[in-house]
Formats: sequence, C-alpha cells, structure tokens
Amino acid sequence: MTREEVLNSLRERFSEDIVDIFDKSPKRVYVEIKKSALVQISTYIFRDLGARFNIASGVDLRNHMEIIYHFTIEEINLLISLRVKLTKDNLEIDSLAPIFEAANWIEREMHELLGTNFKGHPDLRRLLLPDEWPKDVYPLRCDYKEWDKNAIRDRGI
Amino acid sequence: MAKKTIVPIGPYHPLQEEPEFFTLTVDGETVVDIDVRIGYNHRGIEKLSEMKTFDQSTFVIERICGICSTSHPFAYTRAVEDVIPMEVPERAKYIRTIIAEGERIHSHLLWLGLAGHFLGYNTVYMWAWKLREEILDVMEILSGNRNNYAMFKPGGVRRDIKEEDISPVIKKIDSIIPTLVMLKKAVMDDPVLHARTKGIGVLSKEDAINFSALGPTARASGVAKDVRKDSPYGAYDEVSWDMIVTENGDVFDKVVLRVLEVFESAKIMKRCLLNLPKGEIDANIKSIPPGEGIGHIEAPRGECFHYVRSDGTNRPARHKVRAPTFMNLPTYKATVVGETISDATIILAAIDPCYCCTERMAVRNDKGKVLYNGEDLVKLSQAKTDKIRSKLGVK
Repeated sequence: MTREEVLNSLRERFSEDIVDIFDKSPKRVYVEIKKSALVQISTYIFRDLGARFNIASGVDLRNHMEIIYHFTIEEINLLISLRVKLTKDNLEIDSLAPIFEAANWIEREMHELLGTNFKGHPDLRRLLLPDEWPKDVYPLRCDYKEWDKNAIRDRGI
Repeated sequence: MAKKTIVPIGPYHPLQEEPEFFTLTVDGETVVDIDVRIGYNHRGIEKLSEMKTFDQSTFVIERICGICSTSHPFAYTRAVEDVIPMEVPERAKYIRTIIAEGERIHSHLLWLGLAGHFLGYNTVYMWAWKLREEILDVMEILSGNRNNYAMFKPGGVRRDIKEEDISPVIKKIDSIIPTLVMLKKAVMDDPVLHARTKGIGVLSKEDAINFSALGPTARASGVAKDVRKDSPYGAYDEVSWDMIVTENGDVFDKVVLRVLEVFESAKIMKRCLLNLPKGEIDANIKSIPPGEGIGHIEAPRGECFHYVRSDGTNRPARHKVRAPTFMNLPTYKATVVGETISDATIILAAIDPCYCCTERMAVRNDKGKVLYNGEDLVKLSQAKTDKIRSKLGVK
C-alpha cells in the first residue's frame, strides 16, 4: 500500500468519523477523529495496515483536552497521529489496551497525570505517582498547584 | 493446590542497579506471575521542560539518562525542527550521527559487561568495560565530555569536530575491533553460555508486535524495524551499513544482536568521520512558530520518541518523552512467566531496561517476606552457570 492508498482507504472507510486530515509533510499526517470511532480506526490502522503503536500523548488546552495517538507504518515511512478532542465535562474515552498491549502503560500514565478515564482498561492502577499522592490532583493539567508544602525541592537562587 | 510464594525483587534491579520493584509469584522454582512497580525515579521532566525555553530544554532532557544521554536531545531537536519544519546543515547531520553511534557502542558494551558479570563471566565484564573506556575517550576527544555530551541544539550542533582529531579517533575505533572479535567468539562459541541463554525468555514475533517492542528487543525476535533504516535521519542514508536481525527472540539472540550492532556502529562512525562534509554546523533558528512536531530516532535500546507542541512563545507548550524501555519493559509478561527464578533476572535484564528514561519522585514501603534480595538472585544465577559448567566439563 502506498501513502496515498492508505490515506484514501482511511477517508473512504471512516468518512463519517474523520473530522479533518492535516497532511503536514511526506512523513507526518495528523487525522482528527470523533471520540466514538477511536477503537474502530485504531484497530484498522494497527491490525490491517500493520502499523506499530508509538505512543499516545495527552495535553490540557484549558478549554478541552486532546489525546494524540501516534502510529508508524514503517514500510511507507509514515507517522499517522490520531487526534481526539475531549470536553472537560466528559473526560472518558475507550481504552485501546484490550486491542493491543502496547497501549496499557501509557493509558495508566495519562490516567494519573491528566485524569482522563479509560473505559474498558484491564488494570487502571497508578504507574509513576507515589501512593501518598492525593486523589484528584493531576500534575499535567494547566490548573495544577503545588500541594505538598513539605516537599523538598530546589527552588532556585 | 500447590503453594505459591511471592518473591520480591527490588526496589533495586539486581543487575542494572536502578530502582524498580518486581513481584514474582512462584510455584516451586517456576514463575507463574509477575508484576512491576515503577515510579521510584520519576522526576517530572515533562512538566519541567514546559517551564524552560526551547534551548534550555535540550540540556534538561539530556539529563534524563546518563547512558543514552544523546538520544533524548537528538529526538527532541528533531521534534523542534519538525515544528518549523527545517533540515539541519549536512556537516551537523554527520556530527550528530557520529555522536549517536559512539553512544550506542558504549551503551551496548556496558550492557554486555553487566550481562557477563551476571551470568558469572567476570572476564567478559572486565573486557567489555575496558573497551568501553576507549570509546569514552573517543567521546571525550569529540565532545569534551565522557557522558552528557551537550553537543545538540535545535538547528544543529554546538561543537565542531576538528580536522586534526579525526585520525586519532579512527585509530582508537580501529584498536577496539580485534578485542571485539575475540569477545564475539567468546560469546558465540561458549557451550556454557549457550546452555544458559538459548531458548530462555523467548519473546515471540507476535508478542513483539502486540507489545510494540522496540530496538534490539524487537529485532532479536525477527521484527526488522529500525528507525535508522525506516525513516532515515542524520547521515544514516548516506553511509552504508546493515541492520542486524536475529530470529529466536531468546536471551542468546539479544546478546549476539548487540555484539554485532557494535561492529555496525563502529563502521558507521568511521565512514562518517572519513566523509565529513565541510560547511556550517548550525542553522541559527530565530523563532519557533506555533505547531506540533514529532522526532523519533533509534536510541541504543530502541526508538526514542518526542512530541513537542509550540504555541509561538519561546517555551514548549507540551513536551512528551517516550523512552524505549517504556514499551520494552511490559514484555516481561510474555517472557518471564513459565521460566525459573534463576533465569528471571537475566530475562529482565536482556531488554536492557533503563528506568531513568522510562520515568521522568516516590517513597514506598512494601510488606512481604524477603526470601531473596537482589544479591542473592545474582548469586543464584551465577551458581546455575557454575552447575552447567561442571556438568559440561568446562572450566
């Protein structure tokens, strides 16, 4: 499959679910999709197109949150980034971990650092944060405030 | 019903001396379940990076890891360059490649030495680290530092390679090859090492794909994926070299693969030094526009992935760091279960885990009866090698 064929197949199969395709450069494509279609499109890219799951990255943009799932198809040297927008009142999204193991840890990480909930994740324990970390404090959100007044840290000179 | 015992390993890895906590559930000698707890080394570098300027971040993320210290700045600078987008000058590409390959040689040799020590081969350990010292000297000549080279900046490199340094560096690289050949033979021909590592901790090709394993961990299972070949960056498409792929996915294949990769890296380094083009080393980036960029490069342990988002200010709005171990470590689920305790630690070590990279703060107490501590497990593993040795009649 060539690059064009891959993009066309995505357009044809998921015409209802794709919001926008941003063709940035020969090696990079950003595809904005509807939240409901994430599992379907990811499965297609991972299983049928034979892509490798690089990672997902979540970002808090004040008004909404964005999770970007990055996939690489090595044969055609293309990095497809699936962008999903989450509204602040509903931070829940389907988990990809039941489809491929590679998404397991990163979803645990995003769950504790950003506070997004992954529906259907088999094991949503904490990954990096300590046990005494308070509930509902998410370090990567833009309204994060330092909570531990006793923490030892370098405050600069 | 058989009695199950829980064996805690950690919070220091018995081999890599880095913090993590493995819980092995064993039935007799056999591991039936395994779980890992990380986070002891989480420093919040992603958050920290958002408070620094694009240039300062390069130095912060260089300190994510002390072994693969160049791979993070490499991926990060490429992500920033992808935001603009731009290409760096030819000479800078070559210098970047030389530094990255030097790092791969020293990283693989470090691992080989530790793996040797762990299996009870202290001679391998001493030889590998002696060779590594030569490469660290090379890096000192080229960058001024043995580690944390501080060579990278968005748009190019910070330091040029002097003409008069090239021939002594090539001479040093050549000097390690005969000893490397000897080490390779020692690994390939040793019947005890074969008995100890062949067919142990097999990661199947399907699992490697399902876990999206990276780098040597995936290539040892027959997944021929290497960012240097698939999406060439730097000077990797301008010099000739071979991707090493082995098929069996066991510990032995991972050892062999790394040894062979050292030869390839030495080849790339030499060819880049001999064909170093003349010209600028820095493209002098004036400003970074709003946008997103992704940089991925092949670090010694696999693909290192950085995502940078710019909002037009001089600081990254979001900087995601994904180190190769983050994808490779979960494969323990597929490789350790069903093996014996004395093999568990070499399997956990075979992916060359790097926790500094994977985590980017924590105190934790664990209740549980300590049956073995890290040192005991190393002893257990070395004792097994001795047993095989005497069985085979090898001294």
